Amino acid sequence: MTALLEVEDLRVAYGKIEAVKGISFTVEAGQVVTLIGTNGAGKTTTLRTLSGLLKPVGGSIKFNGKTLRKYRADQIVSLGLAHSPEGRHIFPRMTIENNLRLGAYLRTDKTGIEKDIQRAYDLFPILGERRKQAAGTLSGGEQQMLAMGRALMSQPKLLMLDEPSMGLSPIMMQKIMATIAELKAGGTTILLVEQNAQAALSLADHGHVMEVGKIVLSGTGGDLLHDESVRKAYLGED
Amino acid sequence: MHELPQQLVNGLLLGSMYGLIAIGYTMVYGIVQLINFAHGEIFMVGGFGALTVWLWLPGGTTMWVAIPLMIIGAVIVSTTVAVGAERFAYRPLRGAPRLAPLITAIGLSLALQQAVWAWYPNAKSSRTFPEIPGDSIHIGSVTIQPGDLFLVVAAPICMFALGWFVMKTRVGRGMQATAQDPDTAKLMGVNTDRVIVVAFALGAAFAGIAAVAYGFRYGEVNFRMGFLWGLKAFTAAVLGGIGNIYGAMIGGLVLGIAEAMATAYMNDIPGMDKLGGQSWADVWAFVLLIVVLLVRPQGLLGERVADRA
Ligand SMILES: Nc1ncnc2c1ncn2[C@@H]1O[C@H](COP(=O)(O)OP(=O)(O)OP(=O)(O)O)[C@@H](O)[C@H]1O
Ligand SMILES: [Mg+2]
Repeated sequence: MTALLEVEDLRVAYGKIEAVKGISFTVEAGQVVTLIGTNGAGKTTTLRTLSGLLKPVGGSIKFNGKTLRKYRADQIVSLGLAHSPEGRHIFPRMTIENNLRLGAYLRTDKTGIEKDIQRAYDLFPILGERRKQAAGTLSGGEQQMLAMGRALMSQPKLLMLDEPSMGLSPIMMQKIMATIAELKAGGTTILLVEQNAQAALSLADHGHVMEVGKIVLSGTGGDLLHDESVRKAYLGED
Repeated sequence: MHELPQQLVNGLLLGSMYGLIAIGYTMVYGIVQLINFAHGEIFMVGGFGALTVWLWLPGGTTMWVAIPLMIIGAVIVSTTVAVGAERFAYRPLRGAPRLAPLITAIGLSLALQQAVWAWYPNAKSSRTFPEIPGDSIHIGSVTIQPGDLFLVVAAPICMFALGWFVMKTRVGRGMQATAQDPDTAKLMGVNTDRVIVVAFALGAAFAGIAAVAYGFRYGEVNFRMGFLWGLKAFTAAVLGGIGNIYGAMIGGLVLGIAEAMATAYMNDIPGMDKLGGQSWADVWAFVLLIVVLLVRPQGLLGERVADRA
């Protein structure tokens, strides 16, 4: 069985500066895989390349048997890859409901879309209560819920989340992490980028530690959680 | 002659033409931050498109048949030119310094004017546009000329259709998304290149319809008309808040009314007696723009740039 996502020797550069220097990893269907690492390690760059916003300078990305290099970002969505970007990037002047509808932009099954909007409201009731309000009026945590709900609206085969806990209160962060666990239990395949290594590794089947553009350590979530260098560098222990 | 209701109606008529053209500036700017200075000429060629259809029609064709065909002619010519300009002139320059597309737009304007001047039969001076037959309509003290009836019907229909398209359709939502955050729009599956083409095409279609209205109102079209009308409509777009389609409509109406009022009443203000009349109308339009921009740099309905981040 081949993996849903296979990244091999991926290199991405901004001008002359290489931000991702040849990384390889895979994501199997049904797994949660996490990329952790310090600021500037290249995690966001990796996700933006996977979703087609950036073009790699080398290496290959295979998703569901297809080579992604040939596709535009909007076509990659239609292949089943959804990306909830760092910083949430909801559409602030559109209503919450229209933000969710945009997540389903490429779908044509009207009744299915309505059902999935309802499902997003079940997952995050606050979104349903405020469906007609401009999304910019939501709090940071609520915007994160909207960004996740919106990404799910495309019915992705793989959901990529870039720092969903960024800037959230501990309670809100727990809520977001619980939702990710819930999605995992429901069979959603997730590639999770996090600064919060503890939370991410406890959820993940596999984890990779990135440092300045390279993967320096890989293992199961449990292995990494108990790895001494990870505990020192990311979990604030000495 | 100088009755207020009549002047208001004149202003509204003028303003709705500005508004129709202004939509093209504002939609394109909202999505690609490009000021398409060739838009005035896209309006102008639409007028010649409509005229060409009229000249092709057999003599004696009734206006009820001719008008829809002339609209189609104007819209086809305007959108073809605009989409061609986007594809072959602006798209290759995306990501280039701002000055490059601006200069291209000015060059394109001149080229379109010269092309019509040189190749359209007898277009070195104005060409007569057909008339809408019938008598003027009187409502109370207000008179509407038959030539303006087209505008009275077409402008509100266009405005409502555009509002509906942008707010209620899937592609309209994709357009709003692209305007707010292009990269994230791509992550939703929006083909932003196609959205840009749609913005150019829609703006051009409205400019084409405005050109038909111009022809009926003034009884002629000419190769120069795109310059001043483009500039006025651009003023209307900035006045309303560039990037905002409702702003374009409101900006057009405000500009039209201000111009009508200045033309009619400026003479009556002591000491201003030489500054009224049609010859000063354009000056007052730009004075209004400057005043509004001093007080509200983002335009009437625009947001502060910082809010867009
Ligand atoms: N648009 C850009 N132009 C130039 N360099 C960039 C750009 N975006 C990111 N970089 C650089 O690329 C490197 C990787 O950045 P990236 O955003 O991928 O890191 P990250 O792992 O997501 O960090 P963080 O945890 O802070 O989000 C950094 O050195 C960053 O400065
Ligand atoms: Mg990042």
